[in-house]
Amino acid sequence: PRRTLCCAPPRAAPAMNCRAEVLEVSVEGRQVEEAMLAVLHTVLLHRSTGKFHYKKEGTYSIGTVGTQDVDCDFIDFAYVRVSSEELDRALRKAVGEFKDALRGSGSDGMGQISLEFYQKKKSRWPFSDECIPWELWTIKVNVVNLANEQERQICREKVGEKLCEKIINIVEVMNRHEYLPKMPTQSEVDNVFDTSLKDVQPYLYKISYQITDSLGTSVTTTMRRLIKDTLAL
Amino acid sequence: AMDTDLSSQDRKDLDKFIKFFALKTVQVIVQARLGEKICTRSSSSPTGSDWFNLAIKDIPEVTHEAKKALAGQLPAVGRSMCVEISLKTSEGDSMELEIWCLEMNEKCDKEIKVSYTVYNRLSLLLKSLLAITRVTPAYRLSRKQGHEYVILYRIYFGEVQLSGLGEGFQTVRVGTVGTPVGTITLSCAYRINLAFMSTRQFERTPPIMGIIIDHFVDRPYPSSSPMHPCNYRAGEDNGAVYPSVEDSQEVCTTSFSTSPPSQCVFTVTKAHFQTPPPVVTDTLKVPVMGLAFSHQLSSSRLSYQPAALGVGSADMGYPVLFAGGLNAAHPHQLMGPGKEGGVAPIPSQPAHGTQADQERMCTPLDGVHYSAATPSSSEDTETVSNSSEGKCGSPHDLLETIFIRKVGAFVNKPINQVTMANLDIPFAMFAPKNVELEDNDPMVNPPDSPETESPLQGSLHSEGSSGSSTGNTHDDFVMIDFKPAFSKDDILPMDLGTFYREFQNPPQLSSLSIDIGAQSMAEDLDSLPEKLAVHEKNVKEFDAFVETLQ
Repeated sequence: PRRTLCCAPPRAAPAMNCRAEVLEVSVEGRQVEEAMLAVLHTVLLHRSTGKFHYKKEGTYSIGTVGTQDVDCDFIDFAYVRVSSEELDRALRKAVGEFKDALRGSGSDGMGQISLEFYQKKKSRWPFSDECIPWELWTIKVNVVNLANEQERQICREKVGEKLCEKIINIVEVMNRHEYLPKMPTQSEVDNVFDTSLKDVQPYLYKISYQITDSLGTSVTTTMRRLIKDTLAL
Repeated sequence: AMDTDLSSQDRKDLDKFIKFFALKTVQVIVQARLGEKICTRSSSSPTGSDWFNLAIKDIPEVTHEAKKALAGQLPAVGRSMCVEISLKTSEGDSMELEIWCLEMNEKCDKEIKVSYTVYNRLSLLLKSLLAITRVTPAYRLSRKQGHEYVILYRIYFGEVQLSGLGEGFQTVRVGTVGTPVGTITLSCAYRINLAFMSTRQFERTPPIMGIIIDHFVDRPYPSSSPMHPCNYRAGEDNGAVYPSVEDSQEVCTTSFSTSPPSQCVFTVTKAHFQTPPPVVTDTLKVPVMGLAFSHQLSSSRLSYQPAALGVGSADMGYPVLFAGGLNAAHPHQLMGPGKEGGVAPIPSQPAHGTQADQERMCTPLDGVHYSAATPSSSEDTETVSNSSEGKCGSPHDLLETIFIRKVGAFVNKPINQVTMANLDIPFAMFAPKNVELEDNDPMVNPPDSPETESPLQGSLHSEGSSGSSTGNTHDDFVMIDFKPAFSKDDILPMDLGTFYREFQNPPQLSSLSIDIGAQSMAEDLDSLPEKLAVHEKNVKEFDAFVETLQ
């Protein structure tokens, strides 16, 4: 079942010029949260600015974005995130729900979480505002179950290395300097940025997730397949 | 064509952006290799000194090194700025790990708006750099430094030299930004052939000395407690160290405009020298090795301030951290007399003949230099020196206070409070010490032991019902008043021995005594129906819980 985690009006499929990136990770259950946060925070680091302060006619100044290192407990990995407790809380809440859903019934440990950046386009009455996505990040997750400590240790390191690759991938995409919404005037700023946080200003975003239903394969087969996948990491 | 030429204002702005971008790039790279977690605070109001709208601290020495390397030039075609990260073992072997290159190529983007698009893209590139510096292999190595090796940096300007990276080195591109005068590219070439030192080798050796993260410290996260004010005391004798500091006070006040480009407003003002430069505060700990501990461990404030060591040339004002040679091979590591314990080992004086090339902390290849940690709020001036001077005197004064110290894990006392007796490490009594103290060493001259059984045996007998003929001995017994590992006397004011003696006679569990047991059994049986009724009421909750387990 698809769940949307931020209040937003329903919208159609992504527009034609919406950039879409897909990342895949295989992780152990207890690594899901940290892996998701690492990816989401890295994307949002690049997609957040300081708070805008509009001044006289058409000019604005930008606040300062601080950053901090985060060490993962279950993965040999560290990442940088924006120093904003509000933003961190929002992401943790979303990732927590995703993790719970992954563990829930009907799941064989596969799912995906999406981070979508959008712009609001005001429509005339009686139509509601449109949300037009311009960038969509999808992280496909495959949860594996490991049998012993040795496999877990290998998994810690392997997932760490994989996440390093993902960070490099994300940075490559960011570096393409492709479409970004035009810097808005004061009246338009809330159509482009999320101005609700007090210390930073990310582009408007929403997070949603999907859990893949079990395909009906027997439990033993699924487990065997997952373990094989881990060793092939 | 004339209309696509850069206006002189734009050209000036662009040069300034590139210059400060280069300086910030160096800061990010070096700070990512200090071995500590970095944390800076977001601020909704622009402070004017945060280039590219990012809170990146400026470590003065690093800026100085970078400016020295650049010598007033900017990266251009064929002239790249490189930051070389290398590893040096305590035996003196060294190996290049990474070369970060800031290059310029000829591909120009004439259409791009300097004060707006270029600026924002440079900001984005710095964010990418923050991310990428954590994913190359050297990051994990640098987080584990301090025990067997240190991480050093070197900045040079000119042609990129990758030959020191060994065969098969890999490259990762951080990003590019097109400008009207060329395209800036930032990349990293890193060694993958860590043949003679794998990360595992260093991971598995548990450090017996090194950086301590004090879990009990209240960490000042950005959005919570207010930052301490920058504590650059202009006018102190430290001001003389960096004459070029003045132009690093250039403040970037940017205003952006959403109107057509012709109305772009961009002002860069040069702040007066008296404006405190951004000094490194907050949680940037002083990575410390072996012989000294920064007092930062108990107050996670750190302000970088040139400590007035008064040792010879002004260059010695900054103790060099990561001075190689932690162990007995270089016993004469000097303790810098920073205030309130902000000490770091500074390399031996030239008189010792060792590491003479490190006497100038500005010498390249010396590694990461920054000034002694001096918490801004420090009032008390504790000094390492046992002499009565409050400040450090001549080098020779320092020499008198040298002692070899291997400080153990979890030590959190500032080094200048440390004496033999209260050294909070395992087997402190066994550490090498000055000769005079040996006479007082109970292990060398043990206290007179009790006449009866061995002291050890005596302490193990309980004084309670099990009785013992050595009950009295138990009280007289003082084996060694040493502080075992993992005991901190600021948490629980007793040592392991005391603790053991105090708690070795707990009272009997009441449920274990037979007559009480029988009583409670009857009571339990009586209360069963009540309990069952309560559980019945909650059966829905239990079912739901069981559901979630499926």
